[in-house]
Amino acid sequence: MSKKKNMPPKPKMNLKGVKRLLGYFFRDYPVATVVVAICIILSAAIGALPSIYIKTITAYIEEGLALGFPAIKGKLIKTIFIMILLYLLALIASFTQAQIMARVTQGFLHKMRSRMFNKMQKLPISFFDQRNDGDIMSYYTNDIDTLRMLVSQSVPHLFNSVLTMTVLICVMLYYSIPLMLVMVFGIILMTITTKKIGGNSAKYFIKQQHSLAKVEGYIEEMMHGQKVVKAFCHEDETQEGFDKLNKAFCEDSTTANKYGNIFGPIMMNIGNLLYVLEAFVGGILVTSAGRIPNISIELLVSTGSIVGALSVPVVASYLGMVKQFTGSVNQVSQQINSVAMAMAGAERVFALLDEEEEPDNGNVTLVNCREENGKLVEVEEHTGMWAWKVPMTDEEFEQLKQAEGTEGSLYTVNGRTALVEVRGDVRFDSVDFGYVPDKQVLYDVSLFAKPGQKIAFVGATGAGKTTITNLINRFYDIADGKIRYDGININRIKKADLRRSLGVVLQDVNLFTGTVMENIRYGRLDATDEECIEAAKLANADSFISRLPNGYYTELSGAGANLSQGQRQLLSIARAAVADPPVMILDEATSSIDTRTESLVQKGMDALMHGRTVFVIAHRLSTIMNSDAIMVLDHGHIIERGNHDDLIEQKGKYYQLYTGSFEEND
Amino acid sequence: MIKKLAGAVREYKKPAILSPIFITGEVILDCILPLITAGLINNIRTGCDMSLITRDGLLLVLFALLSLLCGSLAAIYSATASVGFAGNLRHDLFEKVQSFSFENIDKFSTPSLVSRLTTDVSNVQMAFMMIIRIAIRSPLMLIFSVCSAIIVGKRLAWIFVGIIPVLFGGLFIISKLAMPIFQSVFKRYDDMNASIQENVKAMRVVKSFVREDYEIRKFEGTSDSIRGDFTKAESILAFMNPLMQLCIYCSTILISFFAAKWIVQSNATYFDIGSLTAMLTYSMQVLMSLMMLSMIMVMLTMSQASAKRIVEVLDEESTVKNPENPVMEVKDGSITFDNVSFKYSQAAEKMALSNIDFKIVSGQTVGIIGGTGTGKSSLIQLISRIYDVTEGSVQVGGVDVRDYDLDVLRKQVAVVLQKNVLFSGTIRDNLLWGNPDADDEELIRVCKLAQADEFIQSFPDKYDTVIEQGGNNVSGGQKQRLCIARALLRKPKILILDDSTSAVDTKTDALIRQAFKYEIPDTTKIIIAQRISSVQDSDLILVMENGRIDGMGTHEELLETNDIYREVYFSQIKGGDFDE
Repeated sequence: MSKKKNMPPKPKMNLKGVKRLLGYFFRDYPVATVVVAICIILSAAIGALPSIYIKTITAYIEEGLALGFPAIKGKLIKTIFIMILLYLLALIASFTQAQIMARVTQGFLHKMRSRMFNKMQKLPISFFDQRNDGDIMSYYTNDIDTLRMLVSQSVPHLFNSVLTMTVLICVMLYYSIPLMLVMVFGIILMTITTKKIGGNSAKYFIKQQHSLAKVEGYIEEMMHGQKVVKAFCHEDETQEGFDKLNKAFCEDSTTANKYGNIFGPIMMNIGNLLYVLEAFVGGILVTSAGRIPNISIELLVSTGSIVGALSVPVVASYLGMVKQFTGSVNQVSQQINSVAMAMAGAERVFALLDEEEEPDNGNVTLVNCREENGKLVEVEEHTGMWAWKVPMTDEEFEQLKQAEGTEGSLYTVNGRTALVEVRGDVRFDSVDFGYVPDKQVLYDVSLFAKPGQKIAFVGATGAGKTTITNLINRFYDIADGKIRYDGININRIKKADLRRSLGVVLQDVNLFTGTVMENIRYGRLDATDEECIEAAKLANADSFISRLPNGYYTELSGAGANLSQGQRQLLSIARAAVADPPVMILDEATSSIDTRTESLVQKGMDALMHGRTVFVIAHRLSTIMNSDAIMVLDHGHIIERGNHDDLIEQKGKYYQLYTGSFEEND
Repeated sequence: MIKKLAGAVREYKKPAILSPIFITGEVILDCILPLITAGLINNIRTGCDMSLITRDGLLLVLFALLSLLCGSLAAIYSATASVGFAGNLRHDLFEKVQSFSFENIDKFSTPSLVSRLTTDVSNVQMAFMMIIRIAIRSPLMLIFSVCSAIIVGKRLAWIFVGIIPVLFGGLFIISKLAMPIFQSVFKRYDDMNASIQENVKAMRVVKSFVREDYEIRKFEGTSDSIRGDFTKAESILAFMNPLMQLCIYCSTILISFFAAKWIVQSNATYFDIGSLTAMLTYSMQVLMSLMMLSMIMVMLTMSQASAKRIVEVLDEESTVKNPENPVMEVKDGSITFDNVSFKYSQAAEKMALSNIDFKIVSGQTVGIIGGTGTGKSSLIQLISRIYDVTEGSVQVGGVDVRDYDLDVLRKQVAVVLQKNVLFSGTIRDNLLWGNPDADDEELIRVCKLAQADEFIQSFPDKYDTVIEQGGNNVSGGQKQRLCIARALLRKPKILILDDSTSAVDTKTDALIRQAFKYEIPDTTKIIIAQRISSVQDSDLILVMENGRIDGMGTHEELLETNDIYREVYFSQIKGGDFDE
């Protein structure tokens, strides 16, 4: 199988993912987005007002100092009243924004999670082969977390800050162009600093994420192999390996955090310097009393001349605006790291969402049916009798009639569809296959299983037994050749329907958190309790289940970690039994059940296999001996085939395996 | 708990202490700045004296530079300290886990240990950074700002007396309400992670039973319940910002009105315009630091859970410890079980083993046979002290295993576990776990013994073939043979194979046993197997049933005397047994 995909080693800065994410957001919540945007605009605009407000107040004070308090009282109260109104508006805006965002953010994350999970369920098995679980998990934890920060914090803050800055610049421009020029100098300085430090900071934050993933991977691997580490007294070496990675991570992390932490003070103090500079220039302009003129639009508006003296209230409010501007820049700077991390997160999330889905071009579906007057009739309810519903032309119908494996099964043509009874006739015709293109695993495999037959595969590990069964249910697609199921090419059958017609019991049993009953019912969701218990009895699981504390309603924690491997296998047999499919695949289904228990299960297994086509992989001869046909596989080739007696007679590899008198190596 | 965690600061004490000191400096400077500014503005307004303005300006520049210096140093020191602290914490945890006995590991469970080492440490790191940065900064800022406000603002400072309790009270109520919801959100996150993990692991089953839609529905339920809880918590937290703004707005308006009134009425003697701007800055600072403080409170409470989980691991004492004067040499490979009983945990009701009594002479081959869950694996785990006996004693080389140095004992007792684990790295790397000093000749020799050399040679990179994480690129049988070779490299006095040839075909299995017999005759070999053929040549066979020895003897004897053995034997010879 192909190599596990590693994390991309180079930190990439790419806004594409973030843009796309915001696109999703807007599409999911168009109204909310617009309302929030309006709210932000409102609060940013009003938020920039205090400087003007202070300017007005100071102007009143100057006036009051000359004329006395009563002269300005009315004006003062009026201005304050207006401010209260505006502030109220700002409050409403920010309240609305906060409440909407709280709801929408979580809704959006939920949608993104569901999108990813949805996608994940549609991905081919090879996707899961190529990645380790930890990596997949981090889509839902780390990556989504970065998106949360982006959507709920960074974007609104950035938007707000940028708006505030714009409003401030406009106001500044309005009052004094010379002072504005000083400001421009400051802005340039801040931009350069942001580029330099912010860029580095972001880069190292992404790097830190990658080395963190390495540390986590190591921890995961070593913790899972802890028993072996101990058995080999390898604790020190393991610790050494860990310390190395931990140190590398700490170095990256320290650098990233240094840049991140230092950014704020630097910005604040550039702001402070700018403040001094403005005060100084303002001071000079004021003291010059018009000799060095102020150029401003305000003057143009109030006096008709664009040139005039700079007043103290203007300087005072200007200084206030400089502080506010710096504050906004600082806000922006604090978001840079989370934006950088969100970039990495969004990239991964979209890589998942863009993964190619398991292709499914089939149009043949599986339906319940009943026989009526020698004809098949499609019905809704579970009858235990199934049919393939094949859309086709008359010509194709004729072809199908000729096809091998369909003799005797009933079809009905109504219009352009045929019903083919599902009987479990599976044929491989010169099938080649490899998990990766340049490494062939199966060579020219041809075989047939007639309805109700039991076909067994034997051979050394890696000979290709499991691979063959993986092809029947189309976990992987064949490279060359044909597989037919009741005469129909399996590529024509919808994957879901194909798989529903196949029951599978695997060596590694996976159970789910939930009750025993729920786990059995996993085989067929509409099965009644009685049917589930019936299936458990068939698999001989009933006796141990009834000894569990709550019987069938015992909760299995940790995916059934509290059961023994053998008990888990019994449950998985019961689960397949309740599904009642026409074809069964048993891949080492009884390997962890000891021989004594197996003889108990055997009866159930026999009952389960009765009347079905069964593919069996097993290393116990007792499971295989009574098969209708035994395929002996070697390095992807079928080297012998026949029933037990035939093969013993042939005195080939099977005979050698059977008698254990192998001389040469496999 | 805090003391325990603080122990991980170690070599980062200096930055951890310097960081708050510089932050204090930064805060003081930040508070002085508005004072100078107030003077500057007044000078511009009244004097038009450029020399005074220049003086104040230069002073401001100086202070800004100092503040920059303090801020940057604090930034660097706090980054170094918090990252270093977290690094040490991870190191300590990892080290602790290395010292754990299996009972300890079982108690915590592997995934939980992993998340404690990763997520929880990150949370605590964040909290630590918060403490040495903001948790110092905010209260200081608050105190300085309030003091300065009282000096500058005189009677105006009373406004804060009204506003601060409102804000503080509001923030307190908000955090109080949000906290429990956040805690339940974390629990739900755990559930979601568990269900994703389950789904990924069982993907073949999901696809086989065409349960994709069912799984999606299940997941959406979990995900949606997170959404619900989180929204509740966040919409409570969302009151913070407007509340904050309300307070800022109120103070701005009150300050400007009263300031204007008093300046004019006192003719700028009691109060002046400079003080007004300074007051506005202070009010902002006061409220901001309150806000920060409340945020830290929330963060700290959230990280408390993580801290608790970390300390739990650090506090755990290994249940298997080295004795005080350990025996440093294992004389031979003889094993004696003297009336041994064992249960996995103190709390367990059922004994996993009871009254086990037998002797093995050094160099013997012993087979153990029995059904699933009859105690075979439990039994052999007592020999290398993976677990300790509950009653009775296990002796190796005539000495109680609890008297040996653990490393010495485990070096002499090699166990090939049922669940074989290979680590990412080359085949050579993996084998060298057995003996780091082994040369190629030695490697090839043991691999031949374990019947692994041939398939290793068939790989293009031979012994340098890279094993992927989890060992997925070699087959089960190959993995088992590599694990046996790894154990052989240890040259142990006792070799235990716990059902570790189950995926190996009968013939290879026989060859391995053959090799053992002639190549390592002095090593005591214990073989747990399902197949009678794997054990029937043994000098002694134990038949296990329900945690007891049901029968003991050679193959022939057991056929005569033991019902279970006979039953198993006949059920197997009926068909023989295949390679998988």
